[in-house]
Amino acid sequence: MSTSATLSICLSLPRADFTLDVDLHLPAQGVTVIFGPSGSGKTSLLRCVAGLERAFGSVVLAGAVWQDNARDIFKPTWQREIGYVFQEASLFEHLNVERNLTFGLQRVDRNATAQALAPIVELLGISHLLTRRIASLSGGERQRVAIARALVTRPKILLLDEPLASIDLARRSEVLPWLERLHEDLRIPVLYVTHSVDELARLADHVVLLEKGRVVSSASLSDAVASRQLASALGEEAGVILDGKVVACDTLQNLTQIRVGSHHLWAPDSGIAIGNSIRLRILARDVSLTLSSHDDTTIQNRLAGVIVSIEPDVHPAQTLVGVRCDDLVILCRVTRRALTGLKLDVGASVWCQVKSVALIV
Amino acid sequence: MGSPGFDRVILVALLCGFSCPSATADVTAAVAANFAAPMKSIAAAFEQQTGHKVSIALGASGQFYAQIRQGAPFDVLLSADAEIPRKLEEENLAERGTRFTYAVGRLALWSKDPQLVDSKGLVLGSDRYQKLAIANAKLAPYGAAAREALQNLGLEGRLESRLVQGMNISQTFQFVSSGNANLGFVAWSQVFNDGKLISGSAWLVPEMLHSPIQQDAVLLKSAARNPAARALLNYLQSEHAREIISSYGYSHAP
Amino acid sequence: MHPDAWPAILLTLQLATVSSLILLLIATPLAWWLSQTRSQWRGTVSALVTLPLVLPPTVLGFYILLLLGPNGWIGQITETLGLGLLSFSFTGLVIGSIVFSLPFAVQPIQYAFETMGRRPMEVAATLRASPLDAFFSVALPLAKPGLLTALLLSFAHTVGEFGVVLMIGGNIPGKTQVVSTQIYSHVEAMEYARAHALAAIMVLFSFLVLLGLSRLRRNGERVVS
Repeated sequence: MSTSATLSICLSLPRADFTLDVDLHLPAQGVTVIFGPSGSGKTSLLRCVAGLERAFGSVVLAGAVWQDNARDIFKPTWQREIGYVFQEASLFEHLNVERNLTFGLQRVDRNATAQALAPIVELLGISHLLTRRIASLSGGERQRVAIARALVTRPKILLLDEPLASIDLARRSEVLPWLERLHEDLRIPVLYVTHSVDELARLADHVVLLEKGRVVSSASLSDAVASRQLASALGEEAGVILDGKVVACDTLQNLTQIRVGSHHLWAPDSGIAIGNSIRLRILARDVSLTLSSHDDTTIQNRLAGVIVSIEPDVHPAQTLVGVRCDDLVILCRVTRRALTGLKLDVGASVWCQVKSVALIV
Repeated sequence: MGSPGFDRVILVALLCGFSCPSATADVTAAVAANFAAPMKSIAAAFEQQTGHKVSIALGASGQFYAQIRQGAPFDVLLSADAEIPRKLEEENLAERGTRFTYAVGRLALWSKDPQLVDSKGLVLGSDRYQKLAIANAKLAPYGAAAREALQNLGLEGRLESRLVQGMNISQTFQFVSSGNANLGFVAWSQVFNDGKLISGSAWLVPEMLHSPIQQDAVLLKSAARNPAARALLNYLQSEHAREIISSYGYSHAP
Repeated sequence: MHPDAWPAILLTLQLATVSSLILLLIATPLAWWLSQTRSQWRGTVSALVTLPLVLPPTVLGFYILLLLGPNGWIGQITETLGLGLLSFSFTGLVIGSIVFSLPFAVQPIQYAFETMGRRPMEVAATLRASPLDAFFSVALPLAKPGLLTALLLSFAHTVGEFGVVLMIGGNIPGKTQVVSTQIYSHVEAMEYARAHALAAIMVLFSFLVLLGLSRLRRNGERVVS
């Protein structure tokens, strides 16, 4: 990765329980999810990138130096071309939706008219809300307005701090699809802080794992999901996330066939048209191993592969086994007893039986 | 911010203030509050006779003293005592040779109850009352005179526990007129007008029982060249003014 | 109503209006600083601002009079500048009223800023607003209820002022005599009827002001929530 296309963050910031200490070089495009448990420093990191907190170190986005203590540079927040979405939307109560949007617009382009808002309003689907007062919006609507407001200033990077955390589950469908749409349409890098695996699965291109203020791992999604670190971070929810494409539909049986790498997997039909890209999630607990392939089983998806890693799992009775199937790595949860019983070890040839494929829709 | 009606009121008030002509007086007189009533009459007569307008600022003599030392724009001072005009003269804040006694106050023992006080003031020594109002001797000349009278009557020690002190003669009067004190030493001018007692019962305390309550007036330095101010002071000593002053219950300097 | 009353009423309204407006200009940045700063001077400044609340008004008036007089340092400055002395003038009364009502103006505004918290200003910064810009476009509008309270409280407080005005003004009719000192004059001169009439007007006026204040605040609350 050339330096011009990266977001480089080298910061150290003492906090009450830990010290935030990171040295990251992130891709300057796509969504980087900053993942970790509560209190791991995710929000502090985001705020430092924004300039809302003053850490010691440097922040450089694609050549633009926002902070560099060595050269005594610190650009205050209002001079950084960022868009920031706070956890609680934090819309201006004294302005209606449209005025909230034009607030930032007026400050980047004094001559801009409300017309300039149109594409973003359309992208977030809030055109019917423009004249409403903030108090009358639902949580999901507020968050969409907040995202639109952040985009209006044409930022060079979008920062989101757990945008779905304060919205109840039922209302998350008001925002999540729009975020995914954003993911497809935006050309700027996005830093997305969350502790939700679901959001990570849907949105991440790159994953940074934070624990007690330190970076445990920083890798692309595919590398991260197979990694021990993410697996242990996910605990019970350990599994893999794969990118695939819908290639066929079995309307009689209500099944969809998805090509993932060089493999084909069947999943329950969820109405996605042929040709569309889609993400899947396979939880380790839904995968079992056999030494040979069997047809007399209910399990439809079977992949041949080689064991590449055996890691301890949450419970001492279990292990997480990583199996490489050509270009994919799949995690399966196997008891130690079973491993020793079948004499399975790294390098062994096995078949993965995937009981359930969850489509991330 | 606020209803439009409210804004309009403010606007009117401000505009009025800027355009409203406050009739500029020829003489601004600082007058001890207790002399308010007679002064108003005298000023009216003076205005009628000479055409000079008089503006009367009422207050406490001590307050006026402090203010004059700070450059207050008064032309003449009618004090409630003799001390303050003398000090002003000494400090060169008043014109020498213009100080004179414009009135001599008389002390009265008064009660709202028309039956309580006898013409010899013997009720003082009795126990037909619980509270006796008296002005603070340090702050008010009438208070000092009242103390003196009590001392000379040999009653001070005995009545100490029944005393209620007012900050000034006006407050003392209010104690009695409101009934909070059954009796009180007030200014004769407060209860006597046009030749008779306004209400209640009173004993005019003989002058020999206390030092004279001299109320002096003086021309202030800033008005040295103000002919109207000098004229007012002269007028205060005229026959007509003296009549008014007497009718309000004051005596004159011997 | 006695003709003397009108100049006093007008002067009182003028004094209250001018003082409360100037006070708003002084108190707002002061309240902002107090709500935002982490300086060690915060406590001291806060105590100084609250001081007029605990000093007896006549004492306050006396010391301001000394300051404005020929020997006080403000008096000496004004004389050097050819402005004469500010005591016993409308300007002097305004200065006295401003000092006297300062805590009534600063505290509601400070409270409004503190209630607002830091988030709106952070949001404004992420939307390219400089701190000054954000103050005017976000902080002030959000603090409007507090500003309104400050304005009305200072106004009402000045209308009721007595000791300070008496000391600094000298109670000169037509020049520095306000309603409260006029009532005092009437009482001293035993013109009780006039005193009652003026007092009744003052009470009615103050009551209406406070009623209006609570109405406006309730309207403001409806808009925000």
